Amino acid sequence: MTATVNRVTLNLRALVGRSYPRIIGANREPSWVFFETILPLLGIAAYVFIYHGFFVDAIKSDDAVLRTAALERLNALVGFVVLGGTMIAFWLNVLWSMASQLYWEKEVGNLQLYMMAPMSRMALLGGMAVGGVFMTGTRAIVTLAVGIYFFGVVLVVSNPLLILAVFFVTLVALYGMGMMFASLYLLYGREAWHLSALMEEPIFLVSGFYFPVKALGQTIAVGAAIIPATLGLDALRQLLFPPSSLGGLWVADPVTELLVLVVLAVVFLILARLSLAYLERLAKREGRLTSRHQ
Amino acid sequence: MDFRECAGGLRLTLAIETKDLTRLFKKRKPLFGKREKADDGGDVLALDRVSLQIPEGELFGLLGPNGAGKTTLIKILATLLLPTSGQALVAGHDVAKDVFPIRQRINMVSGGETSGYGLLTVRENIWMFSQFYGVPSKRAKEHIDELLKIFGLWDKRDEKVRAISTGQRQKMNMVRGFVTEPSILFLDEPTLGLDVNASRVIREYVMDWVKKREHKTVLLTTHYMMEADQMCDRIAIIHKGQILACDTPANLKKRIHQDSTFRLEVDTLKQTDGFSGIAGVRNFSVSNDIARNRTKLTFILSDEAAVSDIMSAIMGQGSRIHSLQKSDPTLEDVFVAMCGTGLE
Repeated sequence: MTATVNRVTLNLRALVGRSYPRIIGANREPSWVFFETILPLLGIAAYVFIYHGFFVDAIKSDDAVLRTAALERLNALVGFVVLGGTMIAFWLNVLWSMASQLYWEKEVGNLQLYMMAPMSRMALLGGMAVGGVFMTGTRAIVTLAVGIYFFGVVLVVSNPLLILAVFFVTLVALYGMGMMFASLYLLYGREAWHLSALMEEPIFLVSGFYFPVKALGQTIAVGAAIIPATLGLDALRQLLFPPSSLGGLWVADPVTELLVLVVLAVVFLILARLSLAYLERLAKREGRLTSRHQ
Repeated sequence: MDFRECAGGLRLTLAIETKDLTRLFKKRKPLFGKREKADDGGDVLALDRVSLQIPEGELFGLLGPNGAGKTTLIKILATLLLPTSGQALVAGHDVAKDVFPIRQRINMVSGGETSGYGLLTVRENIWMFSQFYGVPSKRAKEHIDELLKIFGLWDKRDEKVRAISTGQRQKMNMVRGFVTEPSILFLDEPTLGLDVNASRVIREYVMDWVKKREHKTVLLTTHYMMEADQMCDRIAIIHKGQILACDTPANLKKRIHQDSTFRLEVDTLKQTDGFSGIAGVRNFSVSNDIARNRTKLTFILSDEAAVSDIMSAIMGQGSRIHSLQKSDPTLEDVFVAMCGTGLE
């Protein structure tokens, strides 16, 4: 019993220790506000202007019904882009500061110190994830707030508990996926780095970061649901914008999507634990755990 | 726990024990593409049937040139690498099977380490690493402050790590190694590239730490002779993955007591192979100082009469002899006698 308590305490301390650089260190220099919250707004703005272009005539129309419907649809689409742009911050964090982080840690010499310590590897990755959620969360909130204010998006919060549940389960599933990918970096260095690069832009497209994913067709949308951001965004959009605006463009109802996300979160965390243990042993056997410049 | 029988029947607890430990590095298979062919450099035998016994409370040195297998041995003992064959026990636990109790008891500091995060302060970095060992935060902070004062880093405690010098960074790494109060500490070239003062501070603290505390063991790798001679209770000489000798520094030097050591400084030599054929030459090492156009030679002679033949061979190449000195044997001479090469 004491041994179990000691082990839990050790891993909690390790988790707090590893999250510290991201919670405290990363917010120490105010330049992040510009580079990580203002610059992403430029990408969002491009899509907003395109969507505005679609509705220019309808908005100027004398027909009040047409004008109202156009404004509602435009608000929904602009809201989708702002929300998608905010979620991109988390996806990039998962790819570059979660999955590939172990490659960077190996290059600077931290990895061998982590792997030699008695803490669980899940505590190490958990610390990185908690720190990453906090660090990216602060950036995402600023991007979201500025986006809503700047582009005049109107959100309808009808079920705040469900919104929060979808958001947090999406993050757990996303970071669980990142933890699973992280194990690849124990074995493969630069090559796994290329995988992260490969997964950046295509995922922006198939996960529907800037548009409702159903627009790609139900088959692609369901396939893309393996990336938790796809269903998370789809559910959040349904819960934050009136159903009349773009009804029929959803993959499934929010509760079903939440349940799938819960399953994804559990599966990714289990797979992360298994693959970490397997690949760590393989890396120790092949001598790749500590060798740099691979 | 393993024990070692000593003179008088005393049984010492072993901190580290290796039995026929072997490590072979094979060519790797990349994620994409085919495995490189073996003739691209081939497999490397980093450790070849290494057997060592290091009792608790010993400051044990591993002396060898770059590529001798020192770091590979430390990485296996630190549970970062699996042996290809043989067995390694740390605190009585097998490094291949039972890593948790080992990891609770060990720590490691390497020379030239750049670990930590530049955005964190010196104190924060060390605290972070202490948390990976579950050290209670308050105790860790008190211990960090105490160690920072000892290592002369107190004034830098709140500096960001990216703003401190290399020497200060290495002292910080040493504090990181001691803050978890390990039973067994691995020091892999800890004074590499440091100035005289920083090296002295580290050496003195390490010796003091082993001497004044019970059951503390240090395994030190170095290629600095003086450091090994001054610090270590026992030294193992390792070359090409094999342990050639293991004894106290004094006993190692006694091994070549019957021999004579001669050091020469001459104009740069083109040929040195012929020296090994001279009767009375047990072994020799050569190092070239290109900037000064000089060659430094160290000869271990079983017969001093060989000196005249050596001088003839040197002058026969048209090289001038600038100095010739007979000296007491050093650890480097022991190394030269055994390996036929210097350490630098």
